[in-house]
Amino acid sequence: MLIALEPIDETPAPLLATGSAGRAMKKAGRRTLGKEEATPDAGEWVRLMLRIRDERDRAAFAALFRHFAPRVKGFLMKSGADAALAEECAQDVMTTLWNKAHLFDPSRASVATWIFTIARNRRIDLLRRDRRPEPEDLPWGPEAEPDQEDALALQQESERLRAALKALPEAQRELIERAYWGDVSHSEIAAETGLPLGTIKSRIRLALDRLRHAMK
Amino acid sequence: MTSMEETIHHHIGDDLLMGYSAGTLPEAFSLMVAAHLSLCDTCRAAVAAYDAVGGALIEDDGVEMTEGSIEHALARIELASAPEPVPERKRCAVLPAPLADYVGGDLASVKWRPVGMGVRQAILPTSGKATARLLYIPAGASVPDHGHGGRELTMVLQGAFSDEIASFARGDVETADESIVHTPIADVGADCICLAVTDAPLRFRSLIPRLIQPFLKI
Ligand SMILES: [Zn+2]
Repeated sequence: MLIALEPIDETPAPLLATGSAGRAMKKAGRRTLGKEEATPDAGEWVRLMLRIRDERDRAAFAALFRHFAPRVKGFLMKSGADAALAEECAQDVMTTLWNKAHLFDPSRASVATWIFTIARNRRIDLLRRDRRPEPEDLPWGPEAEPDQEDALALQQESERLRAALKALPEAQRELIERAYWGDVSHSEIAAETGLPLGTIKSRIRLALDRLRHAMK
Repeated sequence: MTSMEETIHHHIGDDLLMGYSAGTLPEAFSLMVAAHLSLCDTCRAAVAAYDAVGGALIEDDGVEMTEGSIEHALARIELASAPEPVPERKRCAVLPAPLADYVGGDLASVKWRPVGMGVRQAILPTSGKATARLLYIPAGASVPDHGHGGRELTMVLQGAFSDEIASFARGDVETADESIVHTPIADVGADCICLAVTDAPLRFRSLIPRLIQPFLKI
């Protein structure tokens, strides 16, 4: 429902549809992509999140912590934090997950995406000491009870996106990672990799085009 | 369901939307993106998708936590208070919530300063090298002819303006860089209010001698 129904001038193409548009997308191109063995799927993380939200379930929290805290720590270290600081921040991020569980909406984001946004915001006030301006809430939402089918579609698309990212050529994937991890602009990446800025921008664009294609 | 997006024709570029999601933009540019997302569903959906890319990347590998970290975390959440209520944000017909946050209220709270020819501006407090400011251009008046030392984004909040290239109404964002010298003119219907962000000082061509520009912070 966040997706424009008609083409608009200069419109950026979303990688990932949400809500009912996402459902339509899923029906149009259902595919099975390889899941990692023995790793719980996105749906399992959602079930654990909802147990935290509804029952304040500590075992569910511990399970999410075991999986995500090391990932948040790794993310912050790649962004320049030392191990001790990254560990402390990962603790903060997971505490925020517990405290703000009522704000988690599985029809809008996967648990990994939601945790990414919390970790990113923590990184901004920690490493940069900037404010993080957030957009106004949508005037018509959020709906009281998120649609189950929308939530399922969103979680499945998140898994497909993850698989599509893994399938990217190494050079493209690496530039996308750098764009997310680092507190570095494209021109700084250029200085470091020796690639001209235009090449970097076109590689990132190519990577995003591939992702879009994979999500169709 | 109607939405505002149908009326927006000029959006923010993919690189800035991705940078907003990654959290790597200067604060002034983040403010521009947040203000635009408040009015534009299309770009909001694009940012949600970039957030999902971040989520997929963070899933992939990690660094082990130290011994006892789970016990520590469980002890912390034991002490956690009841879920934090979401604070109600101020609503203003002209300023989207993130701008109202920076202004500290609605349009009446903006501290305008004249820059000549009836044009007024208010610099918003952001950190770093990039600058964000609100511009007030009387109906029918022009913003002084200027080029750009870097990248400049201008979003209309009230009224409309046109320049040599196109027309811009509420929610539309004009993106300009070094190569563009333009003269935006506010449409006659209403006074025009814009948010403008730059990563370099503007170079006004005629109105104000360049020497004193640093003192005016424009
Ligand atoms: Zn837009």
